[in-house]
Amino acid sequence: MFYREAGDFKTTYAEDGQTFPIRFDRYRYFAVLIFAFGVVPFMVNDYWANALLLPFLIYAIAAIGLNILVGYCGQVSLGTGGFMAVGAYACYKFMTSFPEVSMFVHVLLAGGVTAVVCVAFGLPSLRIKGFYLAVATLAAQFFLVWLFNRVPWFYNYSASGQINAPEREVLGVIITGPNAPAWATYMFCLVFLTVCALVARNLTRGTVGRSWMAIRDMDIAAEIIGVNPLKAKLTAFAVSGFFIGISGALFFAVYLGAVEVGEAFGISKSFLVLFMVIIGGLGSIFGAFAGAAFLVLLPVVLKVVGVDVLGWPTDIVAHFQLVIVGALIVLFLILEPHGLAQLWRVAKEKLRLWPFPH
Amino acid sequence: MKLKLTTLALTAVMAAGPAMADLVFPWLSYRTGPYAAGGIPLADGYSDYFTLVNERDGGIGGLPARVLECETGYNTEKGVECYESTKGEGALVYQPLSTGITYQLIPKVTADNIPMHTMGYGRTSAKNGKVFSHVFNYPVNYWDGASIAVNHVLDLNEGSLEGKKIVLLYHNSAYGKEPIRTLEELSKKHGFDLTALPVDHPGQEQKSQWLQIRRERPDYVFMWGWGVMNQVAIQEASNIRFPMENFIGVWWSGAEIDVLPAGEKANGYKSLALHDTGKGFPIYDDLQKYVVDAGKASGSGDQLGTVLYNRSLYLGFLAHMAALKAQEIHGVDEITPAMMRDGMESLEITEEMMQKAGLPNFGPEFSVNCENHGGPGLGMVQQWDANAKSWSLITDPIASDKDVVNPLILADSGAFAAENKIAERCN
Repeated sequence: MFYREAGDFKTTYAEDGQTFPIRFDRYRYFAVLIFAFGVVPFMVNDYWANALLLPFLIYAIAAIGLNILVGYCGQVSLGTGGFMAVGAYACYKFMTSFPEVSMFVHVLLAGGVTAVVCVAFGLPSLRIKGFYLAVATLAAQFFLVWLFNRVPWFYNYSASGQINAPEREVLGVIITGPNAPAWATYMFCLVFLTVCALVARNLTRGTVGRSWMAIRDMDIAAEIIGVNPLKAKLTAFAVSGFFIGISGALFFAVYLGAVEVGEAFGISKSFLVLFMVIIGGLGSIFGAFAGAAFLVLLPVVLKVVGVDVLGWPTDIVAHFQLVIVGALIVLFLILEPHGLAQLWRVAKEKLRLWPFPH
Repeated sequence: MKLKLTTLALTAVMAAGPAMADLVFPWLSYRTGPYAAGGIPLADGYSDYFTLVNERDGGIGGLPARVLECETGYNTEKGVECYESTKGEGALVYQPLSTGITYQLIPKVTADNIPMHTMGYGRTSAKNGKVFSHVFNYPVNYWDGASIAVNHVLDLNEGSLEGKKIVLLYHNSAYGKEPIRTLEELSKKHGFDLTALPVDHPGQEQKSQWLQIRRERPDYVFMWGWGVMNQVAIQEASNIRFPMENFIGVWWSGAEIDVLPAGEKANGYKSLALHDTGKGFPIYDDLQKYVVDAGKASGSGDQLGTVLYNRSLYLGFLAHMAALKAQEIHGVDEITPAMMRDGMESLEITEEMMQKAGLPNFGPEFSVNCENHGGPGLGMVQQWDANAKSWSLITDPIASDKDVVNPLILADSGAFAAENKIAERCN
């Protein structure tokens, strides 16, 4: 009944090759877009934006970025937190050096800087693989955090080593700082997420994406059939770094407003984003969204249910939160090792046959 | 079904509707996570103080006080969530208890017109009320603390630190970095040699730092630590047999939990203090009677009398007094956050008030005004007696060196004002 191809005739190659070939799926996608762009901005308040939507949107961008590297190209990275820090500090330096320039430009430039740094740290991937690469990226994580702690130029010599986002605008609307309206910050992040997701989706369907996947599946075979591993791996690091840099810049400038590198971009951030990718589903753009939603929204939902609805003490709820989220992660990975994206695929397949499965 | 829906909707409305009949004091607690050992007594004390006020005095000006706890785990992202979820409930004054969260909330509370009190932590230059309209850090701040520690050792050395070596062991975060600039200025002024050694979060790994301390043989070690870092540092200091009386922590590094693990060897360790210690105050009789015996104590009720519990009683007391002041200024009982801000800005703490609250001689007398949100900058030094397992004050209130601290505050707040285009108030 749902997700049926029946009666959905394609007459051109372009139609055949589109992202959502099934009509129902396409309409659902447009409905989500219209809801996100046309309805949510009118309903969103400070709490929804700052506690739920912004972290979800920003982590989704980071998860897409990491998914390109880990899920599509098979290069394990534990440096996400450090690379997000690069995005954040680059954005801060741009914001304070060129106050009159639009935030859009700053965030994109921050992404570009991160891409360069990411490629530099990706160079060892040409020689080493798997766990050893994970260790090399781990070094990037610690080095970058140390660097931003150590060199006062990065935080403009402030006494505390914190960086604070000054008020900046896009087209006359304030985007950063405390006076930014909730809808504006939400829309700003949403635009970035939408564009990133579209770019990522189309990259992964094209030549570049196929060369990434070839490297991931078997690098020697890929090399033999003519995939250039240098190009494939470094483009994956560059694109991934670009997205992660954008998310880091948004995380600092739009979401938190003040950041301290050790606390905000520590190793736990790297793991968090990696877990999002693994739980969501490696090699799936939808998986990045699902993973981010799972790890950002679930703790807040549990807290609201525990503290506000049931009235339990806050520390008990906080402990329960860890237990429940942890148990769910283990459960998901046992029941469905390919992540939430695979669950979604299975559900679609079931719906397609419903109500008459064989 | 219809009936069910209506009831549901009704309960939802009733639950969502603001219950304006109480005064809300949000508390961003951390009863979990790596800093829970400090977060639990702090959270218990604040909660118990307001329970006492409700039970004994019938609330503040007749209105019951409600402490709204939100668990942050010392994590800034959760801090944002907590702030957003509590501010709609009529939160009167925020106590973030974390320098990281404080930095994040400074612009937010200013935009939302809610005051914030960061006693002995947070952004030091918030003392300049001309720039920071909604942030208060009375009665003392980190830069005062650094100066008080130096003044204390000056006293011990007949007024000269020429050629002495001081090591600052600090938590590598916004919190720990705060005193560095002040200590650098002071080292120029008094001619001592300063070495700053960072310890990364959470602070369990300090072997290399203490190795360096052992090699450099400093005359004094100052510590800006929090959580497990304190315990580890004191343990490591005793391992290298560093003389404990030359080891001075800030007020966040001077609780029972910090020194107890090192046992006998921690004897003589010193820390700064914002207020008096111990259980010997009349307020504890009331707490026992109205809160503990009535079974209304927060948490497990085992924190009474500890340094951090006392600190948060003091925080509760200061917030209570500010709320009373606000009610007095505006002539209404149901104060708003904006009125609370006015109350904090004209707060005056006298010995009489402390006596009345059952806290005689607990902290310094001070007053706050529009220009000065930081109070007098007085602190004491306390010392640990490992045999009696108790802290005792060993000095009178020591004043900080205003010639050094004030220009730094003006410079830092001026930079903040320029960066954020804030016009000076109070003119």
